[in-house]
Amino acid sequence: MSGTILLVATLLAQGMLVIAMLLAVLRILRGPRAQDRVLGLDTLYVNAMLLLITMGIRTGSIFFFEASLVIGVLGFVSTLALAKFLMRGEVIE
Amino acid sequence: MKRILPHPFLALLLLIVWLVLTGFTPGQFILGSAVALVASRSMSALEPTPITLRKVHRIPVLLGVLIVDIARSNFDVARLILNGGRHGKRRSGMIEIELETRNRTALALLAIIVTATPGTAWLGWNPRRGVLLLHVFDLVDEADWKDLIKNRYEKALREILE
Amino acid sequence: MTELPLWAAIVVAFFLVLGAGLTLIGSIGLLRLRSFYDRLHAPTLGTSWGALATILASVIFFSLSEGRLVLHDLVIGFFIMCTTPVTLMLLGRAALYRDRAENTPVVTPSETE
Repeated sequence: MSGTILLVATLLAQGMLVIAMLLAVLRILRGPRAQDRVLGLDTLYVNAMLLLITMGIRTGSIFFFEASLVIGVLGFVSTLALAKFLMRGEVIE
Repeated sequence: MKRILPHPFLALLLLIVWLVLTGFTPGQFILGSAVALVASRSMSALEPTPITLRKVHRIPVLLGVLIVDIARSNFDVARLILNGGRHGKRRSGMIEIELETRNRTALALLAIIVTATPGTAWLGWNPRRGVLLLHVFDLVDEADWKDLIKNRYEKALREILE
Repeated sequence: MTELPLWAAIVVAFFLVLGAGLTLIGSIGLLRLRSFYDRLHAPTLGTSWGALATILASVIFFSLSEGRLVLHDLVIGFFIMCTTPVTLMLLGRAALYRDRAENTPVVTPSETE
């Protein structure tokens, strides 16, 4: 019983997070300005991170935790670099 | 004490993160303490302002208020997104708030609070005039938002940190 | 892995759906809202209670199914809490800077910088 509830909930959550990632991709493609695309990328990273945590619950494995941590670090650094780039047009001053 | 452990909060935080990631065993505790001791010293290179805690008992109160506030504004913003901003009547805008605090730690914590709350976004801080520029998602009454930031969060942070 | 009790399964399922739902609404907002500064608010749904609920679900699930306290997901929560303000503040300031540099009218009460 509780297994069925968990399976349905994780599938539902995964579906919603995948749709959320698709919407973020649409925002990246649509723009219109560069800052919109960077914001879309940041949202995509966070959504992917949450999707991996949800997958970890479905499979019951801790392996996904490390993947989501790496995605988080990469997402943070890349968004920061891109935002800095938008500010002055250069990353290193 | 100050010479051995220049940044006690940072060292404690590093130790906790180390233990949570590797497991609570005596061996990891010793290894984590060594890493925390060495790594927290590198913070001195950034010349941080020293943190002094005044009213520690206010911290859990502030945390409780924050969790409820963030949940509520999550709900508000979610509703506004789903009903198309009260069917086109929602107005967003920027407001300026004059803050009294110049404490860098308090400002950093205020930035985390403001950004973590959906509905308010931190756009800029003018250190010369002490003016904070916020973007508010649902600007019904400007005075309400100023009141919220100044009397609810800034006051609590000043009581804890100044 | 042991089977979870029914109440725990319901709590985990509730937090999972709540977190994913809030994140989805945030992303819908990211697509639907019209101005950039409005869109800046949308991802914070996913990074505040969206992330918190998902992480709580994971902590409860792993703690109960392994029979010990598994807290490592809280590190992700702490990490999101510290990094989101930095990225969103910098992005907001970058947008403001670009709008001012191009003389796009931005609704500001007065010049802040």
